[in-house]
Amino acid sequence: MQATHLLSLLIVLGSFSFYVSRGRSLALANPLGGIRNLHSLPSYYGLHAALWCTLPATFLLAIWLIFDEIVINAMVMTDLSPELIPSGNASYNLILNKVANIANGILPRESQPSGLLDAADNMLSLNVVSQWSITLLIITLAMFGLAWSSHKLKPDFRARPAVERVMQNLLLACACVAIFTTLGIVFSVLFESIQFFRSVPIYDFVFGLEWSPQTAIREDQVGSSGSFGAIPLFVGTLLVSAVAMFIAVPIGLMSAIYLAEYADSKVRTYAKPALEVLAGIPTVVYGFFAALTVAPFLRDLGASVGLTISSESALAAGGVMGIMIIPFISSLADDVITAVPQSMRDGSLAMGATQSETIRKVVIPAALPGIVGGIMLAISRAIGETMIVVMAAGMAAKLTANPLESVTTVTVQIVTLLTGDQEFDSPKTLAAFALGLMLFTVTLLLNIFALHIVKKYREQYE
Amino acid sequence: MKLKSEQALELDESHVTVGQSFCDDPKMTMRNVDVFYSDKQAIYDVNIDIAKNEVIAMIGPSGCGKSTFLRTLNRMNDTVEGCRVDGQICMDGQDLYSPKLDVVELRARVGMVFQKPNPFPKSIRDNVTYGPKIHGLADTRVDLDEILEKSLRKAGLWEEVKDRLDQPGTGLSGGQQQRLCIARAIAVSPEVILMDEPCSALDPIATAKIEELIKELSQNFTIAIVTHSMQQAARVSHRTAYFHLGKLIEVNPTEQVFTMPKHQLTEAYITGRFG
Ligand SMILES: Nc1ncnc2c1ncn2[C@@H]1O[C@H](COP(=O)(O)OP(=O)(O)OP(=O)(O)O)[C@@H](O)[C@H]1O
Ligand SMILES: [Mg+2]
Repeated sequence: MQATHLLSLLIVLGSFSFYVSRGRSLALANPLGGIRNLHSLPSYYGLHAALWCTLPATFLLAIWLIFDEIVINAMVMTDLSPELIPSGNASYNLILNKVANIANGILPRESQPSGLLDAADNMLSLNVVSQWSITLLIITLAMFGLAWSSHKLKPDFRARPAVERVMQNLLLACACVAIFTTLGIVFSVLFESIQFFRSVPIYDFVFGLEWSPQTAIREDQVGSSGSFGAIPLFVGTLLVSAVAMFIAVPIGLMSAIYLAEYADSKVRTYAKPALEVLAGIPTVVYGFFAALTVAPFLRDLGASVGLTISSESALAAGGVMGIMIIPFISSLADDVITAVPQSMRDGSLAMGATQSETIRKVVIPAALPGIVGGIMLAISRAIGETMIVVMAAGMAAKLTANPLESVTTVTVQIVTLLTGDQEFDSPKTLAAFALGLMLFTVTLLLNIFALHIVKKYREQYE
Repeated sequence: MKLKSEQALELDESHVTVGQSFCDDPKMTMRNVDVFYSDKQAIYDVNIDIAKNEVIAMIGPSGCGKSTFLRTLNRMNDTVEGCRVDGQICMDGQDLYSPKLDVVELRARVGMVFQKPNPFPKSIRDNVTYGPKIHGLADTRVDLDEILEKSLRKAGLWEEVKDRLDQPGTGLSGGQQQRLCIARAIAVSPEVILMDEPCSALDPIATAKIEELIKELSQNFTIAIVTHSMQQAARVSHRTAYFHLGKLIEVNPTEQVFTMPKHQLTEAYITGRFG
């Protein structure tokens, strides 16, 4: 049976267990004089049975799904006839693919070597065995669960705390899935990066001043051996982010102050969602807005005052990114400013301070840690932003601090390295992972720092 | 402090205030004051004088409008959206609600201490010097330090905090925080101090300290205090005003209110029949 069928079967079995056990507990309660004589409500007995029936079986099913193919493939390959034994990693995968395709009927069986045909048959029969055994196993396990729960079902069985414990573990398991996925991503990026650092020394990568990832594809090509210095990319990223923050921080902060302190409730109800619409615009829309509207406008403006602004500039990309980040900062800042207790403002106003003095001297200092935390989060957002810079910042890895020139960023380079036809283990492709790792580290550090500050702020008022 | 002619004794249901509401040499006067929160009326036609250097206590059941009354005196109700004040409130003959009046200056002259201690999350020093700095009361650091010490001494806090002036005010105990707020309020030398249940968050010892302080302050300041403790009103105040459902029912010398209340509602409240 297929996994989806098995899952539906488990759901049916689970509901069945629920109703049966609930009914049994009711039947037990009747002669005693009502459900108040049971330790828990009948539905808890039902839930207990349903959980015991389905959870272990689901868990087994998940494990089977993960390992089924791997185990079968390994078995097929070890049983392969001797003349087909692969020599390297690449040909191993090739042969495996062929076998699977023959087994699934994608490749015609005619004109294939008999060794491959045998392997394909072997694979098919193994598949059948595996599916039957898992079906049997799961049904048995579900029945065992149900039996175990029925065995425990007595009027004084503490089903409610038992269900509580199971629930707690279930939630924990879900949290673990999220954590392990993150870890998985981090490690895969880490391993690819390590592979990259085998061909390019880590020192040259982190501190190198030149970035031109075009390596020779064939041995006989001349010239391009590629250089992987990440500094120009990080400088470009920083430049664009700095321009973005230069725009987003003052505007975001001031609109937050206006909304939180001055706007009456009517203005607030309309202005706040209106501002947050900015956050809902897809970044690709910002991207072409930056590339097609803002950048030419800036170039023409520059030309009219005698400045050369390149048509793909850090200024255009950063400026539009800043607009995008405004709602991010303003809504975070608005939250922390409104979280400053009214009694602080009253205290200051009652001393004869004006409203702006109160804001400057009491409200903002009290909210400052939270505001700084919000800005940090916004910075990591800006650093990781991709679409706008891909469309508006340019590709040339120039080492410059001039926002009027075109720069490229880490994210842009990752995109260009990984789009199009790639050889998977060339340093050029692996460089993307190394860049990703560095980007990840930087934003992670920023986020940790920001969360730390925000937390410190929370402690102050609670 | 001289009290003017006594009011009529009859228990008038059309809410004419009973007792000695007026005096010869008033610091503040209120005439026909109504306060509304949006459409809801919270104060009905209040007439009262507050004399110079007097301590006047406001008592009454919860929700009867004591805080609202107090906050009209320094226009803190301005910060409440939809709040409207009708009638006339004057200090030294000057209309507090005239458009020409500078609210900021008014609040410097009429200080306020709140129910819950609300020190700023700054150092003790910055808390006390906050007002003087804003109003430019000190030209030099020495002057500022002098104000700091004087205010803290008056609030009875100096000995406890003189070695930790640069530590945060929020790190003090509740009673110390409240005295810090009092020090902060008197640092700008106001003429009137409004206190809204200043001891409700404090233990008996801290309360006793603050009551002692109020008695001392009354030599220099006019004090209006809202309290839920009738003993406290009896201990610190010269006159007591009894509010009921937004109406000022009775104002009389404190002793008289607690021994021979003239209005049946006052009597009912004092003897604990409600509230
Ligand atoms: N901001 C406000 N908006 C609307 N109504 C309010 C507001 N503040 C107070 N009120 C109403 O005005 C009336 C008087 O409130 P006030 O706070 O003055 O009472 P109080 O006598 O101080 O009560 P307590 O002893 O509980 O502090 C109450 O009915 C209250 O519901
Ligand atoms: Mg009150």
